[in-house]
Parts: sequence; C-alpha cells; structure tokens
Amino acid sequence: MAETTLSQRLRPYRVLLASRARAQMQYRASFVTDILGTVGVGLAEFAEVWVIFHNVDVLGGLDFTAALLVFALSNLAFSLADMFVGHLDQLPRYIRAGQVDAFYVRPLPLLAQLMTSDLSLRRVGRLSVALVALGVALTTADIAWSPATVALIVLTVVSGTAIFSALFTAAGGLQFFLVDGAEFTNAFTYGGSYAAQQSQQVFPDPLRIFWTFVVPTAFVAYIPAVAILGLDDPLAPSWLAWLTPVAGLLAWGIAATCWRLGTRHYQGAGG
Amino acid sequence: MSIIETRDLVRDFKKTRALDRMTFSVEAGEAVGYIGANGAGKSTTIKMLTGILKPTSGHVRTCGLDPMRQRVEVARRIGVVFGQRSQLWWDLPLRDSFAILGAVHRMDETATRARTDLLVEQLEMGPQLGTAVRSLSLGQRMRAEIAAALLHSPELLILDEPTIGLDVLSKQRLREFLVAERQEQGTTLLLTTHDMGDIERLCDRVLVVDHGRLAFDGTLTGLAGTVGAQRILVIDLAQPTPDLADVPGATLVESESDGLRQRLSFDAEATTVAAVLAHVSSRHEVRDLTIEEPDIEDVVRRIYAASGRG
Repeated sequence: MAETTLSQRLRPYRVLLASRARAQMQYRASFVTDILGTVGVGLAEFAEVWVIFHNVDVLGGLDFTAALLVFALSNLAFSLADMFVGHLDQLPRYIRAGQVDAFYVRPLPLLAQLMTSDLSLRRVGRLSVALVALGVALTTADIAWSPATVALIVLTVVSGTAIFSALFTAAGGLQFFLVDGAEFTNAFTYGGSYAAQQSQQVFPDPLRIFWTFVVPTAFVAYIPAVAILGLDDPLAPSWLAWLTPVAGLLAWGIAATCWRLGTRHYQGAGG
Repeated sequence: MSIIETRDLVRDFKKTRALDRMTFSVEAGEAVGYIGANGAGKSTTIKMLTGILKPTSGHVRTCGLDPMRQRVEVARRIGVVFGQRSQLWWDLPLRDSFAILGAVHRMDETATRARTDLLVEQLEMGPQLGTAVRSLSLGQRMRAEIAAALLHSPELLILDEPTIGLDVLSKQRLREFLVAERQEQGTTLLLTTHDMGDIERLCDRVLVVDHGRLAFDGTLTGLAGTVGAQRILVIDLAQPTPDLADVPGATLVESESDGLRQRLSFDAEATTVAAVLAHVSSRHEVRDLTIEEPDIEDVVRRIYAASGRG
C-alpha cells in the first residue's frame, strides 16, 4: 500500500521526465551528435590527466591510477548531477520564456518541477567515459577489497551527485537575483567540478579549506579515493571519507536556503 | 461564496506603488472583465491571486485560500492562461501536453482521456492533436492553452489577454466556447483584455483599474453609460451622399469626402448593426463597412477624465 502511494506520488515526475526523454528522441540525429559531443568533453577532461602523468609519475601524492580514480568518481558524480539538474543554472532562460510563471500555477513544488523540466540524456556520453575510467581504475589499482570498500564507493557516488546537485540548485536560487549571473555561479559549479578532479594536495591551504568546507567538492572524489586506496594524507584521514553524506547534507542546506531566498525574491516575468 | 477576495491589497516595486489598496471580491459563477491601461496593475493583481507575487500588505484569498501559503492547493483549483506565455510542451505533439498535465494534476488516465476528448471536441481541435505545439497557429495554440487550463475542471479560470493577436474568426470561436463552457460548468471567469468585444460577449461585470486603484466596478452597460463609449459604424458609400442624420438608434458622428464615408455611433442596447445597415442600404448603395469597437484605452481614459484624474 505504502508502495503504491509512493509510486502515485511520484507519477507526475515520472511522466514529466519521460516526456523530456521522448522529446529528445524525436531528433535522433542531433541526439546522437550531442552524445558524441559529451563523450568528447569527457575524453578531453581525461586527456588532461593523461598528459600530466605522461610527464610526471606522481602529482599531489597520487600516481596515475589513483588520479584516474579521482577523475572517474568526480566525473561520474558531476555528469549524473548535470544530467538531472544541470539545467537549474539556466533559470534566467526559463524566466524569460515565462516558464517559471507556468510552474507557479501547477500543483507541484517549484523546485521539483524545475528539476524534472529537463533531462539531459546527451550527458550519458560524459557519464560513460566516467564509468569506463572508474572500471579501469578499480581493476588496475591496488585495492584491499572488502564490503566496506564497495559500500564506500556507492556512498561516494550518491553523495557526490548530491553535492553537485546542491551546487546547481544553489546556483539556480542565486540566478533569481543575478538574472545574468551564470558566469558567477559557473565558478562554483564547473569550477567545483574542476577542483573535484584534482588531488587536493596541489592546492594551497586556503583553497583546500575552501573546497572542503565551503564548497565541499573535496568530498566528491579525493577524500574517498584516499580511503579506498589506503593512501596517506594527514589532512584526509580515512574516516573522513565516511562523512561525504554529511557534506552532501550541508551543501543541500545551503542550496535550499539559496533557493528559498530566490523564489521569495521572484516577481514574475514582465507583462 | 467569494472565489476571489482582496482587501486593501498593496504591492510596491521599489519606490513605485503598482497596486494601491485594491478591494474587490468575485462570487462563484461570475464572469468579470478586469481592464485598465498597460501598467495599471492588472498583471500584478493576477500574480498575487495565483501566488507568484507576495503582497506588500493587505489581504488576498483565492478559492478561500492564501495563495502565498497554499499555492499548490490554489493551483489545483484554478486554471490560468497567460496569453503571452505557453504552458504547453512546445516540442511534443499537442496530445502529450494534455496527458502530462493530467498527471501533474493527479487525474487518472481514464479521466484525463475523457476530459481531453470532451474539450478537444468542443474546441474542434481533433486534427491538431498529433501536431507539435510549436507548429500550431496562434489561434490553435490559444485554444489549446485554454483547454489545458480547463483540463482539471477548475472552479476559477483566469485569462490574461486570451485574444491578443487573434484574427476575428479565432476570437469568435474562443468566445463562443467560453460562453458554452461557463453555461455547462458554471466556471467563474476573470479576464484581462484590451478587446472590448471580449468584455461584451463574456463578462457581466467590469472592473477598471487605474494607477493601481479600482476606478470602476459595475456592468458594461453602466460603464458605457458612465463614459458614453459607443460602437461606431463606418459606412463607405458608392456616391457622395447627404448626411445620414435620420437613422433610428444611430447618430452621425462625422462625414468625410462629401459623404463618401460616414461614421455613425449607435447604442448596442437600442439597435443592431444589421438594422442600421438595412436602413442605410435601402436608400443608398453601400460599398463597405467596418465597426469600430470602443477602445478600452479610450474607455479608461474617459473614466479617468470623469473621475477628475486624467
């Protein structure tokens, strides 16, 4: 019974997302080129890692396999979040199109409607690059496998996706004020994604603190990778890796506040 | 029961007051035209009725609910069409938009289909169901928007400029549908428009808003009587003709080009276009005619002037 009510409660969102998927499938050729495009983006990101480790053996305490694991975890989380809620930072476009006013007169929460108003299936390109990288990293790295390791990996992917989703949501909330502030919020979303795929040891301390406690992208990949591989970083003890959900919750706390302030500030599209 | 109730409703934008102590109420089943010049406060009012905009002060209830605190519940019970903005999914066939909205309103699929079929039949939109929304003409899209807003059988239908940009035939079909729909369902209607024809055919009551204040509340006849706004019949004649001074129920306003074009004002209560035309064409050869509806801006201007503000 509880299951049917949950499924009923979620039905509007299921229908909305399915309609978005259907719309993208109608332009098959452009859909395929879009996917190839995001595969390209994923490969370009990977090329950067490869070029670096072609020249040095160890960077920021990570060897190539470890760096590959960090790359894979962060890209996986980012592309999942980007696929589901990446369009939130395009809020000004929705506002100009009058789309947000239409959301207000439908009987569903605004954020839930905005989140389900698009589903960027083309991002599966980048997602699959990340998955392949994760597969390679996990099979080639020297990992002491245990149920805890598996649990940590799953937890990391879920929390990492939550952290990036929170960043996109916070960016969306701020766009209510900034209107053309995508450049500013990109620093946190795309900047955060870039920071997440680095060894945190390459950052000077202030930046490291920023990417751990302010915009907690260090929790997306680096801190869990250190724990999974059993590496040694005094600033990233392995118990810290289990706190990624806490980082996710805190990020969501901030995101929810930004969102609420934003919707309160909203005055409707003109006219 | 009042479907809409506002009391001393105020909304400020920075330093300007968009709405100033607006007080009115609309009873269930009424059809109300809400008119005023651009920027007079119409959209601001609608945004506060629907929970989009927070009032600066004052009281507002829609279907007895507070739109800010109970937006979702209000959305369940009202249908809204913003003439300039679409609530349909432009990249999918029209029928998908109805299916999605049915799910959004938590109607089951059978009920959604039955209601869609009914509305589609009444609005004669069957042939367009498989067409992508972005390929619909403006008139077709507007009818689709109204069907979409009525899908969940709301108690209150709010239409913001529903006929803007439509051709005469599309306007007429839309009005006929709305009249029939209201007769069957008793849906309460609040309508903003610049088209006097909308008001004449759809509304039994008119609210005029001016600079954020309620300037008039009454019937259309009362409004026309207050300000002397009448429809004008422009008749083009085949030959120069003496002034048409003796047409029953009509008054000559102006005669141009030696009487080749004459403008007659007439009172819609006292006579009809057909009667005036029949009278004139029984005596002279009529080449063409047009009807000038009283312009809302003009009516509003007269109201401002009458209240000593304009």
